Amino acid sequence: MTTATAPTRLLEVEHLTMRFGGLVAIDDVSFSANDKEITAIIGPNGAGKTTVFNCLTGFYKPTVGRLTLHHPKGDFLLEQMEGFRIPQKASVARTFQNIRLFPQMTVLENLVVAQHNVLMSASAFSLAGLLGLRRYKDAERESIELARYWLDKVGLLDRADIDAGNLPYGDQRRLEIARAMCTEPVLLCLDEPAAGLNPKESAELNELLLFIRDSHKIGLLLIEHDMSVVMKISDHVIVLDYGCKIADGSPEAVRDDPNVIRAYLGEDEDEELPPEVLADLKIDTPKPQNMPGSE
Amino acid sequence: MSEAQQSIRTETFNIPAALKDAFLTAFVMGALALPLAGFRIGEQGGAFFAEQRMDWVLIAVVAGFIGRFFLSLARVSLAPRIAPPAGAFFGGIGSWLHTNMVLMSGLAIIAAVILPFLPFTDRLILDRAIYMLIYVMLGWGLNIVVGLAGLLDLGYVAFYAVGAYSYALLSTHFELSFWICLPLAGLFAAGFGVILGFPVLRLRGDYLAIVTLGFGEIIRVILLNWYTVTNGPDGISGIARPSLFGLMEFTRNPKEGVVAFHEFFNIPFSGEHRMVFLYFLILALALITNFFTLRMRKLPVGRAWEALREDEIACRSLGINPTNVKLSAFAIGAMFAGFAGSFFATRQGFVSPESFTFIESAIILAIVVLGGMGSQIGVVIASFVLVLGPEFIRELQEYRMLAFGGLMVLIMMWRPRGLLAYRDPTIRLWPVKSKGARK
Ligand SMILES: Nc1ncnc2c1ncn2[C@@H]1O[C@H](COP(=O)(O)OP(=O)(O)OP(=O)(O)O)[C@@H](O)[C@H]1O
Ligand SMILES: [Mg+2]
Repeated sequence: MTTATAPTRLLEVEHLTMRFGGLVAIDDVSFSANDKEITAIIGPNGAGKTTVFNCLTGFYKPTVGRLTLHHPKGDFLLEQMEGFRIPQKASVARTFQNIRLFPQMTVLENLVVAQHNVLMSASAFSLAGLLGLRRYKDAERESIELARYWLDKVGLLDRADIDAGNLPYGDQRRLEIARAMCTEPVLLCLDEPAAGLNPKESAELNELLLFIRDSHKIGLLLIEHDMSVVMKISDHVIVLDYGCKIADGSPEAVRDDPNVIRAYLGEDEDEELPPEVLADLKIDTPKPQNMPGSE
Repeated sequence: MSEAQQSIRTETFNIPAALKDAFLTAFVMGALALPLAGFRIGEQGGAFFAEQRMDWVLIAVVAGFIGRFFLSLARVSLAPRIAPPAGAFFGGIGSWLHTNMVLMSGLAIIAAVILPFLPFTDRLILDRAIYMLIYVMLGWGLNIVVGLAGLLDLGYVAFYAVGAYSYALLSTHFELSFWICLPLAGLFAAGFGVILGFPVLRLRGDYLAIVTLGFGEIIRVILLNWYTVTNGPDGISGIARPSLFGLMEFTRNPKEGVVAFHEFFNIPFSGEHRMVFLYFLILALALITNFFTLRMRKLPVGRAWEALREDEIACRSLGINPTNVKLSAFAIGAMFAGFAGSFFATRQGFVSPESFTFIESAIILAIVVLGGMGSQIGVVIASFVLVLGPEFIRELQEYRMLAFGGLMVLIMMWRPRGLLAYRDPTIRLWPVKSKGARK
C-alpha cells in the first residue's frame, strides 16, 4: 500500500478495550501512528489517554485488542509481550505523567541506567566488567557519549553530576525524555510532557520534540492537554473522550470537529447544541458506549 | 543538608491536642494495666486469693499520661531544634569520611593488618575482632540487598545458617577441606537466595520483610527438627578447623603426613597462631566482600540494583528485567552470608540452630540501617558500636535490645537514611573539583 513518499505505519492499534472491573477505561479504540510523525492523543481528564499508554508499554494487559508495532526488525504484537520486553525488544520508550526518575542517582547515572541492556551484554553479565576487560570499557565510554549527547540536547550538560531529584521540575521533565531517548527507541510515548512547564520551557520542549522527530526519524506519541502545543507540533491528532475515540485527523480538522468542541467545552455549551447531539451526550456521560461519531 | 531541612516542621505545640492524646494514652495504659498488674494471685494454705494492687495501675496510668505529654512536647519543640544540627553533624562526618575515602580506608586496612602484631593484642582482643569482622562482612553482604537494591530482608541469617551447616555437614560427612567447602557454601547459600527470591518477587516493603522473616524462621525450625541430618538442637560438633591452604595445620599434634605450623617454622606451639590465621582469613573475606560490592556498584548490575530501589516502574519502562535484578541481589547477598557462615562454622568447630535466631538478622539489619544504607564505612562503625559495645560493657548486655530500639528510633528521627548515609556517584562526567559542575 505504501508508496515511497507516503509515511510508513509504525503502530497500529485495533479494537483496544481496557476494563477495570465494571469500569470501561478504553472502549474499542482503533488508531494508527506513523513513523517520523508526532501523533497527539488528546482528551479531557479521565478520557483514558494514560491507559492507552499503559497498554502499549505493557503495564496493563488489554482486555481486548491488537497492538502491532512495525519495527525495522519485524512486527511485534505488543499486547502479548511482557512489560519490560517492550522497551527491550520492541524499542518503545515512554515517560510518565508524574515524573519517574531515579531521584537519588545523578543525572548522568539516570541516562546510563537507561542503556542497561546494551551495557549488560557488553559486560557479559558483569564478568567482563568485573575483570575490567576492554570490551566493557569501550561500551561504557560509548554509553557516556550517548548520555552526553542527550544531556547537551536537553541543556543539562553542566548538571550531569547532581542528583536527579535535586533538579527543578522542568529539567526533570526534559531529563526523563533524554532518559527515554537513551534506550534508542523507534517509538517514544510522552505522557503530558508540557504539564507544569512555563511558556518558555514549553516552547523549548516543542523544539526538542520536533528535533527528535526530524533528526532521529522516530515516531512520537504525545498525550497533551494544551491545545496550542498540539496544534503547533503534531502531525496527526486522536481525540478520546470517556474511553472512546471521537475524532481522528489533522490538527485543523480536529480543532473544528463539533464532537471535540463539545467534549472540551462541556456543559456550558449545552444550550447551543442541537437536540440529537444533546441526547447523545446524556447517554454517553454515565455509561460510555460506541458513539456514532467515533467512525 | 536536605534531610536536616526536611525535619524542620512548622508545627506549633497544641496543648489541648497533646492533653487529649495523653488522656487517651493514660486510658489505654489503665485498661492494659488493670488485668496485667492490677491483681496479684497468691496462695496461702492451699487456697488462692487475689490481692488488689491499684497503686501499680495508678503508677502506670500517671506514667503513661506524663510520658505521652512530654513526648508530644519533645517532638514538636525539642526535636526540630536538636535534629537539624545533629543530622548536619553526622552528615558532615559522612561526607568528610567519603571525600577522604582512600586515605581513611587505607589507614583502616593498615590498622586491621597490624592489629595482631601489636603488643597489647591478646587472645581476647583477637577473638572480639574476629567476632566483629564476621558482622562487618554480613553487614556488607546485606548492604547489597537492603542498601543497594532496597529490598528489606529480615531473614538474612538464614543464608548465614545455610553456609555454616553446608560446611559443617560437608566437613563431617565427606571430610572435605575448608577451602573446597567455602565456595560450595557460598553457592548453596546463593541457591537458597534464589529460592527465596522467586516467591517474593512481587512483594515490596513490609510484605517482603514479613516473608523474609518467615523464611529465616523456616530455616531455623528445619535445622532444629530435621534430626537425622542436622542433629537438631544438639548441633554438629567436631567440624574441621581450617588449615593453611591445606599445607599446614594449626594443631599441636598434626595428623600423619601433615606438617604443623609451629614445627615448620620451628617456633613453640601457641594457640594464638590459629587465632591470627582466622583473623586474617575473615579480614580477607570481608575485604573481598567490600571490594566486590564497590566494583559491582559501578557495573550495570549494580546500577540496576540502585535504580530498582529508586523506582521499579521506571526500571521496567527502560527494559530492565526486575526479576533478574532482584534475584541477582538476593543471590549475591546470600552468597556472602554463606561464606561468612562457613567461616563461622570453622571458627567455632561447632554449629547449632541457636546461633541463627531472628535476633542475628535484626543485628545485621541494624548495622546496615544504622551505618547508613549503602555506606561501606558506616557498616564498620555500626558493627563496632552494636557488636563490640555490648561485649565490652557487660552491664549493657541485658539492655541490648532496648538500646537497639532506642537507637533506631533516634536514627529514624534524625537521619532516616542512616548515620553516615552518603552516596558517591558511580560515574561522573566532570571532575569532582570543578565548581561549575557541582552547583
Ligand atoms: N489501574 C486502574 N484501576 C482502575 N481504574 C483505572 C486504572 N487506571 C485507570 N483507571 C481509570 O480509567 C480511566 C481513565 O484513566 P486515565 O488515567 O487513562 O485518564 P487520562 O486520560 O490519562 O486522564 P488525565 O488527563 O487526568 O491524565 C479513569 O476513570 C481512571 O480512574
Ligand atoms: Mg493521564
